[in-house]
Amino acid sequence: MTQLLIRRELLNEIIDHCKEVYPNEACGILAGRGGIIKKIYRAVNVDDSSVTYRIEPFQVLKNLKQDGLEMIAVYHSHPHSEAYPSLIDVERASDLDSAYVSIYVIVSLMHEEPEVRAFATSDRKVREVELIVS
Amino acid sequence: MAVKVRIPTPLQRLTQGQEEVDGTPGTVIALINDLDKRFPGMGERISEAGKIRRFVNIYVNEEDIRFLNAEETVVKDGDEVSIVPAIAGGAKQ
Ligand SMILES: [Zn+2]
Repeated sequence: MTQLLIRRELLNEIIDHCKEVYPNEACGILAGRGGIIKKIYRAVNVDDSSVTYRIEPFQVLKNLKQDGLEMIAVYHSHPHSEAYPSLIDVERASDLDSAYVSIYVIVSLMHEEPEVRAFATSDRKVREVELIVS
Repeated sequence: MAVKVRIPTPLQRLTQGQEEVDGTPGTVIALINDLDKRFPGMGERISEAGKIRRFVNIYVNEEDIRFLNAEETVVKDGDEVSIVPAIAGGAKQ
């Protein structure tokens, strides 16, 4: 995937979530059908931390299934750093045993204006995915 | 009727794409060990030295086994076991 299309209101939902849990990291799932993002699912950051996140996705996966949607990407925030995968992000995303998807959306809140970027991360390689907001 | 084991997407590569496989009644850890015999590699991805890995959660009929009897939780025919790896990362480093 080289592009990720998202509607403005869904992107705003993600940013709002990230701002609400600031200074902790927020996390959640972008879900849809046929590659089209339809809905944002907030998840609980089990780490309850400002530097890491962890989703235990049992409930959210069940909700997705009930709604007939599939996981397209995972989002999380970087409260105090750039919108770029950290070493720990790359490490975890490269672990095939927990890689449900390979697209990660990162929201940086380190500047006045939130910055959102998307990346395809796997096998310890990071490639930027163009985020197209409509 | 056996125990119904739900395999998460990332581990379906070990079950040839099967989303659900049969498991044997008994303790959760015995069930995992048995799965490993039929789907080599499954065991080490879920448990280590008889304990469920920190980044994996197991549910029996929707109940998190950490709130039951952990690895020793007993499952019987007709029960549903879900294996759910966590999604993690962070800003650190
Ligand atoms: Zn991160």
